[in-house]
Amino acid sequence: MSEAITKSELIQQIANSYPHLPHRDIDEAIKLIIERLIKALESGCRVEIRGFGSFSLHYRKQRIGRNPKTGEQVHLAAKYVPHFKPGKELREQVNGEVSAAA
Amino acid sequence: MTALTKADLAEQITDKLGLNNRESKELVDLFFNEMRATLVSGKDVKLSGLGNFSMRTKAARPGRNPKTGEDKIISSRKVVTFRGGQKFRMRIEKLVPTASAASSA
Repeated sequence: MSEAITKSELIQQIANSYPHLPHRDIDEAIKLIIERLIKALESGCRVEIRGFGSFSLHYRKQRIGRNPKTGEQVHLAAKYVPHFKPGKELREQVNGEVSAAA
Repeated sequence: MTALTKADLAEQITDKLGLNNRESKELVDLFFNEMRATLVSGKDVKLSGLGNFSMRTKAARPGRNPKTGEDKIISSRKVVTFRGGQKFRMRIEKLVPTASAASSA
């Protein structure tokens, strides 16, 4: 699997480019952003971050599942799952389309 | 249905942490820009409480231009995928699906 950075490393990166803000404020701000984002989705609101992407909920119908170990049938209720759709800039940059415009 | 935006997030930071508007706005921008830059550099981003953003390489596959019906090869590309973390998914699952909100997927 590829390398990954964690929340604390991300906060450190932000702190590096924002040295005049206390580390604790950055930490708190990131927590607030994440909590606010989840709360919005919980209340049925979409989240749209220009340049990054949008978060929404996708509906999953109820279905009969199976316990893969025992083969036993289980009823799975309808539910929502969080969904992220990358925005145009993220899509293009990740794909290297920006500097390498054909 | 209204959508939450970066401006709403900045407002929240201003209200709760007492930073000024400019600082809050810059922090929100920086947060998402850093995530984007990290993903573009090929690294995954793991945010406990929210979930994991990772990059996947999709192989080229045959496709079709839906407008013209023309057969075409869809080139190999990299895409960002997101999987919500356990806690996040549990919170969302608790919402009771209602007929009105159900946009099937």
